[in-house]
Amino acid sequence: MDIFDIIGPVMVGPSSSHTAGAVRIGYIAGKLMGEPIARAEILLYGSFLATGKGHGTRKALVAGLLGMKPDDMRIPDSFEIAREHGIEVTFGESTLRDAHPNTAQILLTSVTGKKLEVVGESLGGSRINIAQIDGIATNFSGDYPTLVVHNMDQPGHVAEVTSMLAHKSVNIATMQLYRASRGGNSVMVLECDQEVPEDGINWLRHAEGVVKVTYLGME
Amino acid sequence: MAEYHSISDLVKLSADNNQEIWQVVLTGQAQDKLMSERDVFAQMKQMYQAMKSADELYDQQLKSPSGMAGGDGYKMHQYNESGNNICGNFIGMVMEKALKMGESNACMKRIVAAPTAGSCGVIPAVLLSYEKCFNVPEDECVKALLIAAGIGAVIAENASIAGAAGGCQAEIGSASAMAAAGLAYMQGADSEGCANALALALKSMLGLTCDPVCGLVEVPCIKRNVSGAVNAITAAQMTMAGIRSVIPADEVIDSMRRIGNDMPVCLKETGDGGLAITPTARGYKEKINNIDN
Repeated sequence: MDIFDIIGPVMVGPSSSHTAGAVRIGYIAGKLMGEPIARAEILLYGSFLATGKGHGTRKALVAGLLGMKPDDMRIPDSFEIAREHGIEVTFGESTLRDAHPNTAQILLTSVTGKKLEVVGESLGGSRINIAQIDGIATNFSGDYPTLVVHNMDQPGHVAEVTSMLAHKSVNIATMQLYRASRGGNSVMVLECDQEVPEDGINWLRHAEGVVKVTYLGME
Repeated sequence: MAEYHSISDLVKLSADNNQEIWQVVLTGQAQDKLMSERDVFAQMKQMYQAMKSADELYDQQLKSPSGMAGGDGYKMHQYNESGNNICGNFIGMVMEKALKMGESNACMKRIVAAPTAGSCGVIPAVLLSYEKCFNVPEDECVKALLIAAGIGAVIAENASIAGAAGGCQAEIGSASAMAAAGLAYMQGADSEGCANALALALKSMLGLTCDPVCGLVEVPCIKRNVSGAVNAITAAQMTMAGIRSVIPADEVIDSMRRIGNDMPVCLKETGDGGLAITPTARGYKEKINNIDN
C-alpha cells in the first residue's frame, strides 16, 4: 500500500475517477499517438456520459490529449487551449457494449493523417486501464513505458520484439498477446522497466509483418 | 519489516520499536518503496503544503458548473469575522476551511485527495486550523498527516475508502477518523490514544450513505466535510478527556466494511436513491445537461 494513494494525488477536482482519471486517459491516448493531433472524436459511455458534464470529464479528457497532467491548473480552460492549437474536438455517445461504467472511446487523427483509436476505463482513485487499441483488447495501466505492436499473427514476431528489447537492455515487466483471429491481426502489449530507445522502435516499424507500433514513454 | 495490516499492528510496532505511529508509517513506506525516510517525509510535507496552498487559493467568486456549489466558504468567513460564531475561533476556522476546500474541488481547482477528492476538506481543515490557532510547527502537522495516511491505508485494506464500495462512511467517515487520530497525536496522545480517537470518530460516521445530487461531488458532500471535520475534533477531545471507545478501532473498521457490504446499491454513488432522487435533485439534472463542460 502506497500512503501517497491515501494522501494524494494532488489533482484538479472534482472527482478522482471522472476528472483525474479522465485526464490520464486523454494523456495516454495523446502519448500513444506520438504526433500532434488534428482531430479528436471523444465518445463517452456509462457514467462518463451520464454525469461527465458536472464533473468536467470532457474538459479533462481534452486536457489530457493536450499533454496536461491531473494537477494542471489549466484543465478547466482546455477547450479554449485546444481551439488555439487548431485541434478540432467533437463529442458523442459510445456504442460500446458491456464496457466499464467509466469509459471513454477516443478516435484521433494526427496532423499527418495517422489514425488511432483508444478505449480507456477510469477504475477509481485516479487509476485507469487502457482496454482497447484500434479495436483489439488490451489491458495496461500506463504506469510503465509501454510498447504496443500490431502485427500479423505469424510465427516469430514475438521473438523479434523481445530480442530487440534484450539487445537494448530493456527488461519486460508484463507481456500480453491478443489476436482478432488465427492468421489475422494481432497485438502485443509489453510494459517495460526501462524506456525503449527510439531506434529500436523505428527498427520494429520496418520489420516484416509488423503493421503498426505505438509507444507510451514516461517522459 | 515495518509491515502493518491493522491498527493493532500499528500500535504494537510503535510500542515494540519505541516509536510514534508516524515513524512506523514513515519507515513502512520507505522500506516498501525503497526510498529514504527523509524523502518520504519531504514528499508528505509537499502534500501538506499543497493543501495549504489550495486553502489560500480559494476563490469566493467561483460557482460549480451545476450552480449548486460556491461562495459558502466566504459566507462562513464573514460570519466568523463578525464574532458571532459560538463555536469559537478554532472550530469556526475548521468549518470555514472545510467548506472552502470542498468548494474549490467542486469548482475544478487544485486540491489533495485525502483520502478522496470528495472528502478532501476534512483533514486539511483540522490540521491547517490547528497549526494556525495553536502555533504548532509545520512539521508536527506533517507527522499528523503521516499518521492519517497510515490509518487510511489500514482502512483501505480492511474496508474501503470509496463511496461506490462503502458509501459515504468510507469517504467522509475515513477522513474524519484519520483527522481525529492526527489531531489527538498533536495534542499529545500516545499510539493507543490515536487509535481510540479514530475509533470514536469512525463509529459516529457508520452507515453514512453516498447519494449525491446528480452524481456530483457537491450536495451533500461539501457540507458533510464540515461535519466530518468537527466530528474528528469531538472524537479527539473525548480521547484527551480519557474517554475510551468500547469497541476497538479494528472492530469498528470491520463493522464499516460489513455495513458497506449490506448497504443497498442505490445508496452507493449510483444516484438512484436518497437525496439524489428528490424532486429538487431532479430539477438540477436538466440544468446540467445544458452546460458546456
